[in-house]
Amino acid sequence: MTAAPAPAGGLQTRPLRGSGGASRAGQGRAGWAFATPQAVLIGLFVLIPILMAFWVSLTDWRGRGSPFSGSVGFVGFDNYAAILTEPGLARQDFMTSLRNNAWYVLLVVPLQTAIALGLALVLNSRIRAKGFFRTAFYFPTVTSSVAISLVFIFLFTGGGAVNALLGVFGIDGPNWFSDSRGLLHLAGDGLGLWDSANPPAALTDGGPLGLTWWDWLSGPSIALAALILLVVWTSAGGYMLMFLAALQDVPADVREAAVMDGANRWQRFRAVTLPALRPTLFLVTTLGLIGTWQVFDQVYLISQGNPAKTTLTPAYLSYTSAFETGQWGRAAAMSFVLFAIIVVLTTLQRFLMRDKDAIAERRAARAVARRRTSTTFFHADR
Amino acid sequence: MRSPIRRSAQAAVAVAALSLAAACGGGFDDTAEQQESGSASLTMLIASSGDAETEAVQAQVDAYEQESGNTVEVQVAADLSQELAQGFAGGNPPDVFYLDASRLADQADAGNLFPYVDQVDDVDDFYPNLVDAFTYQDTQYCLPKDFSTLALEINDAAWSAAGLTEADYPTTWDQLASVAQRLTTGTQTGLVIGDTRDRVGAFMVEAGGWFLNGDGTEATVDTPQNLEALQYLQTNLAAGSFAYPSAVDAGWGGEAFGTGKAAMTIEGNWIVGAMESDYPEVGYTVVPLPEGPDGPGTLSFTNCLAVAADSDAQDAAVDLATYLTGADAMTALTQDTGVLPSRQSLADAYLEQFPERQAYIDGAEYAQGPVNAPGAEQVLLDFDSQLGGLATGDPEAILQSTQTNLEPLVGG
Repeated sequence: MTAAPAPAGGLQTRPLRGSGGASRAGQGRAGWAFATPQAVLIGLFVLIPILMAFWVSLTDWRGRGSPFSGSVGFVGFDNYAAILTEPGLARQDFMTSLRNNAWYVLLVVPLQTAIALGLALVLNSRIRAKGFFRTAFYFPTVTSSVAISLVFIFLFTGGGAVNALLGVFGIDGPNWFSDSRGLLHLAGDGLGLWDSANPPAALTDGGPLGLTWWDWLSGPSIALAALILLVVWTSAGGYMLMFLAALQDVPADVREAAVMDGANRWQRFRAVTLPALRPTLFLVTTLGLIGTWQVFDQVYLISQGNPAKTTLTPAYLSYTSAFETGQWGRAAAMSFVLFAIIVVLTTLQRFLMRDKDAIAERRAARAVARRRTSTTFFHADR
Repeated sequence: MRSPIRRSAQAAVAVAALSLAAACGGGFDDTAEQQESGSASLTMLIASSGDAETEAVQAQVDAYEQESGNTVEVQVAADLSQELAQGFAGGNPPDVFYLDASRLADQADAGNLFPYVDQVDDVDDFYPNLVDAFTYQDTQYCLPKDFSTLALEINDAAWSAAGLTEADYPTTWDQLASVAQRLTTGTQTGLVIGDTRDRVGAFMVEAGGWFLNGDGTEATVDTPQNLEALQYLQTNLAAGSFAYPSAVDAGWGGEAFGTGKAAMTIEGNWIVGAMESDYPEVGYTVVPLPEGPDGPGTLSFTNCLAVAADSDAQDAAVDLATYLTGADAMTALTQDTGVLPSRQSLADAYLEQFPERQAYIDGAEYAQGPVNAPGAEQVLLDFDSQLGGLATGDPEAILQSTQTNLEPLVGG
């Protein structure tokens, strides 16, 4: 676990910081001067719009004229209540979209991370035509998502290539993008747990936030599963490149040392490679988490939330609420709830993936320091 | 560590202030100044089915420019509702734009529209139920530029192959069900209809039901009439003689019809152009929709030429809208585009030219326009999403949930 090189910093940088008071102030001023244009741009195109959108989420603005004019009514957190607490269609739609997106994230993030890591490991080994495979794997990522989505529409139609291929194995494929049956419901049918046509009353009677337990536990629909396949195929290549770069940074001497110690391939992967990849793993899962919660273009292009709202996602619902039905406040509220979800989940993920060794080390160092100060204090007191 | 935090807080505030100053330099609240009429410059946002339609509109607009001295810039929208929304939010909407009847209530309720119908003399010439489609809370907002209705399209070859003759064209629900059954073979479904309110709604009208009552003040979804319509569809869907397009691997009814997967379909007059260009070899006949328990019924789809409330040349915009909905311009605009003239006085001349569109024109008398209540779109989308499962679902539950969702939006 200590194989990862210790970060440069700490003791070495400290003496530099304290030196030269006057020149430091000058440096600070120069720094700000260089940063200001960028900071203003970020403020203008990121910070201010976010604040404006937040204001819109607190109003009943109907999309006419400025949302800051006097004729726009301030409604407090009514828009948030409509999608979170008040029973009704708005909450039902939003919760359905959250359910769909949660299943989507749950499947896409692990799958694309695992596949990306697998591909990177293959490319990092001694295979032939490495350049060709690298390009081939990366190709879907640089291709326009519009083009890929169109190709997938043709692949996954009822009489498309995917079903023709399944037909070779005697499988009668579904009509992918128009099949709203949930995978978990189907799995339950297959295992004899329940009958989807006549679901158990214990699950359909109630449930949190406007949806029944039966709805929450439907799993992704077949249509959503097709979208998941598309996205995993598209994005795995991009993340593969990150893993590949990190793999090439794993110090050869550590790997050699592991070989000398008699570690087999799996042990080397488990104890040397994987810990060295931890920062990249964190980056890939974080980017994946954020990207998948915001999925929009594939839904917009392929399914528009159909069939039976099983591919509706919060981002797409927010878009239609604003541009199609003119409920701008509610749409803005949705995007802020989505923002909160992403922040909470990313924080949680950061906590789960924290480097426990590093924390233990830091804690130990702090304990030592504290003991030292307390002893000096103790001595001084004496 | 305290001072860096404070300093970055200060920096954030400074950035915010600076950016705000930059952002608000232009300002949102430009008050519109009315242009002098006679030399006004207008913008018109349209949705177009293709080059033919765009050119037809441009030709009429050119003629208008000649006559009035105003200049008009025609913009073709890729996504009309999105581009309109941007125009309204920016305070700079197009002066004249196409508006679908189903979007009227939302736009009127938001105050985006300038009602001009009271300035027009010959409103009586337009089909009354089309003008009603653009009436919200007793205000007539804009004039329909054209319209379409639903009818039943029948594949001639499939019809005679099943041993049916002209005398067998269905005029009642029972006849429709029985011919659909006779036409259903291994690879061909009797009737393929879209799984949305825009097709299923026709059956609700024929049964004497609809989403709202006559004057749009009450939600009437959960009624025996609507239930009868859904049950009729459910029976036939379950029997396999009716099907949705997705079930036969088609994008819409016209595709299923053109490729021979459907012997009959229910579509509007737009199918005429689609059949001509995509499936010219398929011979077919168009008949009015069969009558239901409550008599004949169909749905109408129509766009009006709306004038923006925030237009800075409102008089000229109204002038343009009335010119383009005038008899001469409408005759020219309904020539090549497959839509029907919304003026009753033009019907005879139109039918002389296109006798095969009789069934569509006939529907104008009794056609039902779209649901006219602000915010109804989400409810109707939910209804649509439930229709997908109608074959095995509970029609009563579908109607009840739609009733519950629609009630808060009307009569308030």
